Amino acid sequence: MKHCSPTCKWLASFVTTTLLTLSAWVLWDNWGRFIHSVDAVTMSATSDSTDTITRGKYLAHIGGCVACHTAKGGDNLAGGRRIDTPFGAVFSSNLTSSKTNGLGDWTENDFASALSWGRSRSGRLLLPVFPYNHTSVFTPDDVHALFSWLQTVPAVEQAQPTHQLTWPLGTQPVIAVWRSLFFSPSPFKANPNESDAWNRGAYLVQSAGHCATCHGQRNALGSFPAVDDVSGGFLSPQLWLAPSLTDATQTTLSTGTLNDTAHLLRTGQTQHAHASGPMAEFVQYSGQYLTSTDALAIATYLKSNLKANSRTSTPSNGTLATSSPAAQALYKNHCASCHGDNGEGKPHIYPALASNPAVTLTQPDNLIQMALYGGYGPSTAGQPRPYGMPPYLFTLNNQQIADVLNHIRSQWGNQAPAVSPMQVDRARAAHY
Amino acid sequence: MKHLISLSLTCLLWLGHSPAQASDMAERIKPCEACHGDQGRAGPDGYYPRLAGKPAGYLFNQMQNFSQGRRHYTMMRRMMDPLSAEYQRDMANYFANLQVPYLSPTTRSVSLNNTQMARGKQLALQGDAALQIPACNSCHGENLMGNTAHVPSLLGLPSAYLGAQLSAWSLGDRTTLAPDCMGDIAKRLTAADAAAVTGWLAAQNVPTQGGAKHPTRLATQTRCGSAPELHGALQ
Repeated sequence: MKHCSPTCKWLASFVTTTLLTLSAWVLWDNWGRFIHSVDAVTMSATSDSTDTITRGKYLAHIGGCVACHTAKGGDNLAGGRRIDTPFGAVFSSNLTSSKTNGLGDWTENDFASALSWGRSRSGRLLLPVFPYNHTSVFTPDDVHALFSWLQTVPAVEQAQPTHQLTWPLGTQPVIAVWRSLFFSPSPFKANPNESDAWNRGAYLVQSAGHCATCHGQRNALGSFPAVDDVSGGFLSPQLWLAPSLTDATQTTLSTGTLNDTAHLLRTGQTQHAHASGPMAEFVQYSGQYLTSTDALAIATYLKSNLKANSRTSTPSNGTLATSSPAAQALYKNHCASCHGDNGEGKPHIYPALASNPAVTLTQPDNLIQMALYGGYGPSTAGQPRPYGMPPYLFTLNNQQIADVLNHIRSQWGNQAPAVSPMQVDRARAAHY
Repeated sequence: MKHLISLSLTCLLWLGHSPAQASDMAERIKPCEACHGDQGRAGPDGYYPRLAGKPAGYLFNQMQNFSQGRRHYTMMRRMMDPLSAEYQRDMANYFANLQVPYLSPTTRSVSLNNTQMARGKQLALQGDAALQIPACNSCHGENLMGNTAHVPSLLGLPSAYLGAQLSAWSLGDRTTLAPDCMGDIAKRLTAADAAAVTGWLAAQNVPTQGGAKHPTRLATQTRCGSAPELHGALQ
């Protein structure tokens, strides 16, 4: 600063002022409202009737609270489940009525503040792995129901494990800046021009369903997608694609009936489509608990969001898949006995590969996952004993898997970009 | 007449039911055969263990262990995670009731010298009191073929698989319901002892099928959370 010219001095004070202003804004944005009570939440007048508690339990199941806050083989809602993100592993918190480790000491206002503002009772900002953009959509009545039920969950004394995030990720200043950039509460706004079913579907998709968490687009900083963004996303450490629910060519939403979609959400399959990967997990832990009315409402809302086919007009980059005699032989030996000589599948048992949107997605990640690891659909009330697919991880090499996938992506009217052995190798190495 | 027709139709349907269910289960477990071999008789590569004829309780426990994170293998976790306990039990019962021939010992053994074989045999049949290692056959059946609902046979398995399990147990990578008796025993075995006993076990001929199973001599100090029947609890 010794030889600083007037311009340089001006510049220095400008930068300092800007930084201070931004810091003040971030501070106010994240903690300012905390000085005053959270006025967005009005205490519900409803008493803790059995109905309220039952509704809370229902919401906690379809919303995945139980799924994420219960470790594998662990006590219900005692937390500790590991969740892998592109930024490291985090562990869910204890939601039981334990006073030391859970929510036993919380007031309903504390809980409402966590759901609508993403802030813990102590004022600590919560990691956005907890999708509080979606929980901020909940009506005060539903927040009350959730809290009422959680208070009935038997206490389990289990502390939350330490997250495995690289410093400074996960620190309060970083979360604060991130939140100022990507989070603002979005209470539900009903559309009076639409039906009750549509509005119920919209509410569920944007709140408990938190569909955008996977089906929405995030930027490189892992931003929260808009709560109604279901234009497609990618789960990066797991390497699964969440197809766009607005593009008619990517799912069976456009070709299936509302009942088909509702059935898929509740049982994990329809006559032709099968849920797999993270979607199967959703059905297993959440979707199967949906009432048929709510599942139909979700289907109604999602179907109304479909946009006219946009993909055929966009030229795909990369060459189209083609078959070869070797690929055809692989298909005959390994796939045809279940999926049929012409990719027709077996209704309700093995999915068809002909005219199946999951087969012709531009990004072949899900198809590669299935070919490598196979696996079963979820056991649900509607399909308690699903059939499964053998893994080909040890049977076929990368080239062979790419060949056989290119075969099914180029036959029976299917047309999709070619799969390369490198893409197969990437999924093999990820080992999730 | 109408009644008679519908009755006979019902009978036909009913008759067709049982075999249809059995063959259906064979269809449902197809994914397992990719690694565990045709009808779960053992993998072709000398690693994946046999499922056919293993006690249903043991198989069920393993499926639960994989889906609940007590035993680790990515492929098995991915396979088992989506399935309900009821379905896993159905699968366990199905494999437990399969009677299929064993592969020959040459497909699974490694060559050990005479000293190693003798040590392996000693550990399997007498144990080592000084190291607090009970004999394998004190829990796994007199003839090492397993004889209770939750205790598996040790014969007819590849030495690579047996060795991997003992080392996973000693490292805490494979666990079971507490108290984890095998974990405790595996931690007391040296690497050389583990190699000797797994090598000896893999080299044994499997006793012919169908004979009455010999009763187990209980290891008095051993407590196993996964096999309550070893302590006189109801099976």
